[in-house]
Amino acid sequence: MNDLMSVVDWSRAQFALTAMYHWLFVPLTLGLSVIVGIMETIYFKTRSEKWLVITKFWMTLFGINFAMGVATGIILEFEFGTNWSNYSWFVGDIFGAPLAIEGLLAFFMEATFVAIMFFGWKKVSPGFHLASTWLTALGASISALWILVANAWMQYPVGMEFDPAQMRNVMDDFWAVAFSPVAIHKFLHAVFDGWVLAAVFVIGVSAWFLLKNTRRDLALKSIKVSGWVGIVGMILTLWSGDGSAVDVARVQPMKLAAMEGLYDGGRDQEIVGIGILDPSKERTDDKDPYLFKIAIPYGLSFLATHDIHGFVPGINDLIDGREITADGDTVKTVSYAERIAMGKQAHEALRAFDRAMTAGDEEAMESARADLKASYPYFGYGYLDSVDEAVPPVGMTFYSFHIMVIFGGYLFLFLILAVYAVYRRPLWWNHKSLLWTSILSVAVVWICSQAGWVTAEVGRQPWIIEGLMPTRAAVSAVSTGSVQLTFWMFAVVFTCLLAAEAVIMIRFIGKESNTTDIDDKQAVDNTEY
Amino acid sequence: MKENHPDIPTMTSLPMRVFRFYRDGFRSMTIGRRLWLLILIKLFIIFFIFKIFFFPDILRRDYDNDRDRAAAVRSSLLDRR
Repeated sequence: MNDLMSVVDWSRAQFALTAMYHWLFVPLTLGLSVIVGIMETIYFKTRSEKWLVITKFWMTLFGINFAMGVATGIILEFEFGTNWSNYSWFVGDIFGAPLAIEGLLAFFMEATFVAIMFFGWKKVSPGFHLASTWLTALGASISALWILVANAWMQYPVGMEFDPAQMRNVMDDFWAVAFSPVAIHKFLHAVFDGWVLAAVFVIGVSAWFLLKNTRRDLALKSIKVSGWVGIVGMILTLWSGDGSAVDVARVQPMKLAAMEGLYDGGRDQEIVGIGILDPSKERTDDKDPYLFKIAIPYGLSFLATHDIHGFVPGINDLIDGREITADGDTVKTVSYAERIAMGKQAHEALRAFDRAMTAGDEEAMESARADLKASYPYFGYGYLDSVDEAVPPVGMTFYSFHIMVIFGGYLFLFLILAVYAVYRRPLWWNHKSLLWTSILSVAVVWICSQAGWVTAEVGRQPWIIEGLMPTRAAVSAVSTGSVQLTFWMFAVVFTCLLAAEAVIMIRFIGKESNTTDIDDKQAVDNTEY
Repeated sequence: MKENHPDIPTMTSLPMRVFRFYRDGFRSMTIGRRLWLLILIKLFIIFFIFKIFFFPDILRRDYDNDRDRAAAVRSSLLDRR
């Protein structure tokens, strides 16, 4: 068991390392492509050389980031086949098809139109070039869609039937998978998060120019465009995040309870704005979960149910199978002990199917198949020996969620301030306090973005597929040593590559910030790719 | 020297134009060259070192057909605790 947990922990650590590394680049690609598209549209409409200079500058940074992100996602697919073979087989084409579409779209659409973006300035018409820029942005978003459809299925498995002969979930409703509300909200939330991240990145780099007192026109114009993209992106992030919260309340209520450190729920449930958990709190004791909190009355009920009086179950309510209706009555739902029992029945049914298949007994196979189908929704619970194993790490889920929300709130205020200042108080952009705040906000937005993923993926534990497969059942029978080795190999290689690529980006920004005001035609002619 | 018949397409066909577009684009790169070098190093490490030596597809490597793979997964899932 200890060896298994070591393989599980190292495999999870490796996947987390590579996924978070990948997510350093993706949101900037998603958002900066839109910002560059807007800038080029302004150039197309005005034919102002100034806007061509601005567009080409940010397009170069887009290209550097794009190059930095190339192939960082493919590693994750390798890990499925090596470290997570049970999982990759079990999910069948449900995972494979979206990932294949993502890969094909990413390669063909982006490779084609990215090439036109960089190589086509004097070779295609301005209109065709502009279309290529927008199609690059669209291609990046469509690629993200398919990855998030796959991830959403892990959180809310739908549109499939399990075939015990193949040991695979066979997709029987593509549209249920592709248009699952969880998938749609996740996709929108991730894309709009990219808009916010890119906006803050642009403002941060622009602030660096203003700090160096150079390229002021480029900087202020860039802040105007990106500021609005950021504000719109933040509003849409909040809207899609609300949708995701309702989804989580409905299909992953244990995750929501962990996000809030909520052990004993109820109606009229408050939401914790800022809080510190008591690390000594146990599920079954009467201690207050929080050492400190500032809560907003009715907030969690409203977030989860859009009803300030709505019932939000805590960890103990879910485990004990308890729900409070709108009339205030306590009703029984399926407790976790019952789920574990049904899960073990599902495992027995699968064993019976295996024996019947080996014996060639068709009738027994059909009987076992029917028993399995009846208890399959709780198949994953059959691995649990105690109800406490079904509780995700409350501390990490709680803090990552609140970091995301608090940092997101700060960023919203920052973006409003940035836009207000650039239009109404441009002299504020001479103050070092605002400039350094803008630069440091670049780190804040990246932490915020990563915290969201930590919430989503740590909060779904112990499941790799909600209710159907716990993470520890998903790993391959590989040695801990081999996973450790590749973990450290990734860490070293990726860090070196990241450093090398970051140097290129920083040097380019530094070179541009050392450029004195030059006429725009020269700036255009000097643009390097 | 034979001249091309006016109805015979010249060598500036679409594939050739696409090829020249990419060729000229890559030739004119500056920052892009350094980035492409890093990309090629990254791709080489990922596909020719990581994938070949450290990331085999376990089920494809160890089993010859889907029936055996399914049996292996069934056995692993039912024995996994």
